[in-house]
Amino acid sequence: MVKSFGQFLLFMQSMLVRKERFTVLWRRTIDECVTIGVNSIFIVAIVSAFIGAVTCVQIAYNLTNPLIPKSTIGYMVREMTILELAPTITSIVLAGKVGSSIAGSLGTMRITEQVSALEVMGINSASYLVLPRILGAILMFPLLVVLAMALSIIGGYLAGSLTGSISAQEYIEGIRTDFIPYNIFFALVKSVVFAFLVSAISAFKGYYTDGGALEVGTASTTAVNNSIIAILIADFALAAILL
Amino acid sequence: MIEIHNIEKSFDGNPVLKGISCTFETGKCNLLLGGSGTGKSVLLQCVVGLMQPDLGSITFDGTVFSNNKVQVRQEIRRKIGMLFQGSALFDSMTVAKNVEFPLEMLTPEMSREERRDRVEFCLKRVGLENAGDKMPSEISGGMKKRVGIARAIAPNCTYLFCDEPNSGLDPLTSLKIDELIQEITYEYNITTVIITHDMNSVIEIGDHIIFLYKGLKLWDGTKDEILNAQVPELKEFIFSSSLVRAAKRIDDETHSGVASL
Ligand SMILES: Nc1ncnc2c1ncn2[C@@H]1O[C@H](COP(=O)(O)OP(=O)(O)OP(=O)(O)O)[C@@H](O)[C@H]1O
Ligand SMILES: [Mg+2]
Repeated sequence: MVKSFGQFLLFMQSMLVRKERFTVLWRRTIDECVTIGVNSIFIVAIVSAFIGAVTCVQIAYNLTNPLIPKSTIGYMVREMTILELAPTITSIVLAGKVGSSIAGSLGTMRITEQVSALEVMGINSASYLVLPRILGAILMFPLLVVLAMALSIIGGYLAGSLTGSISAQEYIEGIRTDFIPYNIFFALVKSVVFAFLVSAISAFKGYYTDGGALEVGTASTTAVNNSIIAILIADFALAAILL
Repeated sequence: MIEIHNIEKSFDGNPVLKGISCTFETGKCNLLLGGSGTGKSVLLQCVVGLMQPDLGSITFDGTVFSNNKVQVRQEIRRKIGMLFQGSALFDSMTVAKNVEFPLEMLTPEMSREERRDRVEFCLKRVGLENAGDKMPSEISGGMKKRVGIARAIAPNCTYLFCDEPNSGLDPLTSLKIDELIQEITYEYNITTVIITHDMNSVIEIGDHIIFLYKGLKLWDGTKDEILNAQVPELKEFIFSSSLVRAAKRIDDETHSGVASL
């Protein structure tokens, strides 16, 4: 554990020495933004819309006390999704999608000697392959999280109206009550931290794959596992520090 | 010329290279011959710097490579072209992009047109002028090796390393690949090192052959000398090939010199 953490730090360091030219790094980062960001929009949209919808319906089910105004449902959906559900669940979904793809592609490149081919050309393979993926994730996760926040709130709105558990007007009143902009900032900080954790851990696992196709599969699975655990620990730590 | 002096390498206390010294000569095809697991790939990886030897030194045309400053190593690496055992093409890029890649990364001063011309020239040189737009997954193993060679020679390499260029290829294709490597070596007067356990290659292109056995160099010489070598391990290795046995028999019976070709 301690040893692999040390290895991880060395890996991060090796990525930052002998970097490639800025234009190359920039072009690669844009490519990665497309793979990480654009290709994940669909799954993030589906997951967040449904989470918003389910949250709304369940809160409505639990709130039977007539003394509490119905608009509280909207308020609670907003608070839960912005603070916790959108950043954390989105990142966990992305850990599965992006993490496994990073670990899988790097692992395949390693076992088919493509990493060695880069090294022989005198290219720092860690910085060429990994840095753009981490930067791409750090740029894309917050955008996806913002999308997720919006869609969960819309999902809640639709679910509330469709099931009749809360009227559109009450819901909107609820989501406009006591809005704290800091929460958005907090969620974005979380998403950046999660982006780094998912991409760096998955890259680390993939980059040091050794063996064959079987090990690539194992590396992907471990990458997703470790990323999710890291997300949850970081989630707790950030909440304790920043809230 | 590449000089290797007393290279040793072990993994977890298991010695794989036990003090190998040899030279790879310029303008010649230098063959590393030996059975499976004798450390040929490990030796090559030490030479190109993918692995650090535990002991010993490697010198490229008078410049020390192992344990030298990063800049010096980088300078030498830019002159190295390598063909990997599994070709190691970048599978997210087209064939042409693969060949262009080292140019793009290593010679930023080249203009786009110059790069395109160079890619076209290299693909033509290996006989693949029409495959530029294909993806690596769409071409055959022999074609992949050719693309690998084109990629290796694209930045005008001075040293060409090939790890088993003809493993997994039919005899005719592997002969063509061997001939291609030989032509390129003579044409550009580069130092070529080829790992092989194929006796056909040895007899075809072996200008300088180094025989490894269990991490030691047991013999070196030319293809004309190899059939008369008096090292028992080498003899056993050579004469396990039935073609060579047959050639030798004809040679002995008729004294026609077939075996020395
Ligand atoms: N990274 C490594 N870690 C541990 N042991 C290794 C490593 N690389 C090679 N070896 C060991 O070194 C020995 C020589 O391997 P090498 O790949 O050089 O053989 P080879 O001569 O190239 O064989 P082949 O012709 O089958 O490719 C083998 O016993 C192998 O187990
Ligand atoms: Mg080998």
